[in-house]
Amino acid sequence: MSDKIATREAYGLALAEFGAQYENIIVLDADLSKSTKTEEFKKKFPERFINMGISESDMMATAAGIATTGKIVFASTFAIFAAGRAFEQVRNSIAYPRLNVKIGATHAGITVGEDGGSHQAVEDIALMRAVPNMVVISPADAVESRAAVKAAIEYDGPVYLRFGRLAVPVIYDKANYVFEMGKGVETAPGNDIAIIATGMMVGSALEARQKLSQEGINARVIDIHTIKPIDKDIIVKAAEETGAVLTVEEHVVNGGLGSAVAEVLSEYRPTIMKRMGLYDQFGQSGKPDDLLKLYKLTPDDIAYEAKALLQRKP
Amino acid sequence: MQQNKIEFLEEKAKQVRADIICSLASANSGHTGGSLSAADILVALYFEVMNVRPDQPKWPDRDRFVLSKGHAAPALYAVLAHKGYFSRDHLWTLRQAGSILQGHPDMKRTPGVDMSTGSLGQGISAANGMALAGKIDKKDYRVYALLGDGELEEGEVWEAAMTAAHYKLDNLTAFVDHNHLQIDGFITDVKSPEPVDEKFKAFGWNVLCINGHDMNEILEAVEQAKATKGKPTVIIAETVKGKGVSFMECQAGWHGIAPNAQQKEQALKELGVEVNV
Repeated sequence: MSDKIATREAYGLALAEFGAQYENIIVLDADLSKSTKTEEFKKKFPERFINMGISESDMMATAAGIATTGKIVFASTFAIFAAGRAFEQVRNSIAYPRLNVKIGATHAGITVGEDGGSHQAVEDIALMRAVPNMVVISPADAVESRAAVKAAIEYDGPVYLRFGRLAVPVIYDKANYVFEMGKGVETAPGNDIAIIATGMMVGSALEARQKLSQEGINARVIDIHTIKPIDKDIIVKAAEETGAVLTVEEHVVNGGLGSAVAEVLSEYRPTIMKRMGLYDQFGQSGKPDDLLKLYKLTPDDIAYEAKALLQRKP
Repeated sequence: MQQNKIEFLEEKAKQVRADIICSLASANSGHTGGSLSAADILVALYFEVMNVRPDQPKWPDRDRFVLSKGHAAPALYAVLAHKGYFSRDHLWTLRQAGSILQGHPDMKRTPGVDMSTGSLGQGISAANGMALAGKIDKKDYRVYALLGDGELEEGEVWEAAMTAAHYKLDNLTAFVDHNHLQIDGFITDVKSPEPVDEKFKAFGWNVLCINGHDMNEILEAVEQAKATKGKPTVIIAETVKGKGVSFMECQAGWHGIAPNAQQKEQALKELGVEVNV
């Protein structure tokens, strides 16, 4: 865990990197290319970049129209506008006809920071997960983000990609990392408890794991980068082998990763669980680190909840 | 020759109107008024203007059509059937479970439908997308879209209007089916989008105003649109909701309902068409 890089940064760089190989990629942005980092693609391939202005709804349906001609289209804006404002365009013009549009949604979660609750999407996973035909991916670090972009390019259909604004630790080794859409990653082994996380919370879970190991607790950390379709097998296996499952996400616990894991376990392997995230709350302004403390989503909080959950283990 | 062509299109439009009536009666639900007002424009596009191959609906170089007012699907379906994209028998399965003809256009189920639409405002954005892709790929195909006048109350239409003008989409021609009625009444009473022509002019479009039931005027306007470079064209087509059936004309009540058996017979009689369902 040396370097820190925001997943949105990795997204922009990946688009610019793969743009050379895949000449039918078209990138759209809604006046946020400097923030979503699609400007990296724009610099290299200006003829394949379209600035749609501050018109997210128009952007999503336009992306759908471009995709009907056989292009791979990336449409980028903040998660709050992609999944929120343009929800119905994403639903009816992209997902319903199952067009090949990738939604690059950046600035997800409370670590957007100072801009505050109006700009912090904390319900976008739930919204996108409910839409038929939509794949939902929430990468943990820069390496996984790059790999997710490549997988999205190679997949024919709509994909929602969730990225963060905050620089976060790089946890995977680029040379060895293998991304498989729909498959979770056992990021660290352990049999006392399973911490299942997504997005930047995977890095925090790994830090929590270290703290727990100092107290003799071996926590397994599972990275669910693809929230839909979810990797049922890795979740059920973790439940069977550890007997306690803690989920962590930078999102409300209703409808997000915690819900998805609970759905799997209640059907296939009822297990004691705790879902960490936001509890029917919006975010607010503040430094990202201060907000993570305020909303109890730090490695210390994860370790605390893990121990509390272990007390409940039969 | 020209006169023969016009007579052919007018006869085709009559047949299409009869099939709209019969398919809606068979479905026992759907949007009658706005399908009838749009019929002549659709016939002109598919039988004279557009370069398409019904045996190859996904031909990459084809002209495209987006029915932004997706609720007029019965008109599009009747035209596509007459053009040979699928058997006319499908028209009598409209809106029934398992049918290839959904209540609103579904590009995944219906051969010849270039974009799934129905939620107002989105089709024109998608048409822009097709036109943008044509520009990027330096293709010659043209894109046509049909909007309702009530649909102009959707904000996305004006986002899309900005996009088309900003990117100089002269390969795009949009029609407005200006029949003056929406579900709740006259558009000027519900929330007026008027003056429609001045609004599009202000947004940077080439604006043409025609009688949307006159084949000569429709074809002439399309030629003018093709000849206009550097900006998109909107053809504001003055139409009559429910056109062709006396008791349906200019009645907001006929927006979202289908004729019953008796009304169907009367409508066919007025149209002078016998339909074998």
